[in-house]
Amino acid sequence: MSETSRPAVHPDRTGHAGYPGYTEYHPRWYRAPVSTYWWLQRRSYLIFILRELSSVFVAWFVVFLLLLIRAVSQGNEEYQQFLAWAATPWVVVLNLVAFLFVVLHAITWLNLTPAAIVVRLRGRRVPASWIAASAYLGWAAVSVFLAWLVLTR
Amino acid sequence: MAKRSTEPLLWLLFSAGGVLAALFVPVLLFLFGLAFPLGWISAPDHDGLLALLRHPLTVIGAFFLCLLLLVHAAHRFRYALYDGLQIKHLNELISVLCYGGAIVGSVFAGYLLWVVP
Repeated sequence: MSETSRPAVHPDRTGHAGYPGYTEYHPRWYRAPVSTYWWLQRRSYLIFILRELSSVFVAWFVVFLLLLIRAVSQGNEEYQQFLAWAATPWVVVLNLVAFLFVVLHAITWLNLTPAAIVVRLRGRRVPASWIAASAYLGWAAVSVFLAWLVLTR
Repeated sequence: MAKRSTEPLLWLLFSAGGVLAALFVPVLLFLFGLAFPLGWISAPDHDGLLALLRHPLTVIGAFFLCLLLLVHAAHRFRYALYDGLQIKHLNELISVLCYGGAIVGSVFAGYLLWVVP
């Protein structure tokens, strides 16, 4: 079929009964090109991408925890070896960086709890600051409990 | 039946893992990653730690902690690559590697917790 014999507008899609009348060809959307390094342009963007990168260190923590669990279940000698390995400089630096990232995750996550949880008491909405404060209290309580669990062994 | 998207389930698991990562990980990483190796606090005895690890609640808790943390990390890392580096053409490969890694890691965690003496 030649170009000229083809209608520019599809016959059954002309503007009737509220149809806007589509052209045969889909338009190309205009999208402004975004730099690969868009997250370096603003401080808030950088913090966003750092927050997202905390996922890498959460995964590292699981690896570290599993190595600990394996060492403890293999015996005291392996457990002591694990502690000595964990004291080598590169592991300490990695764990320090991981700790900072995980704290960034915890703070940004808990700050969002008022957006995720709406509590009503006697028909009134509990202020966001109360919900955030109770999230932080929960964090403190869990931390104290886990520290107690480990340190009283 | 209409095909249901797995996306809501993934976001739900992501959120559950996010809560656990915020509440559980900082204190555990501080103790086992910094305080014990650097000698700020004396490390717990092996016997006591093994007894703690043997407790059924610890086994179940540690398994679900590992599972949800891995799914959380996989989901977030997938979107970090998607948004941050805009690697959209590799979307499927990245998804398979992220969630596949989380599943393999969880199975491995289950195995390690299963064989605790």
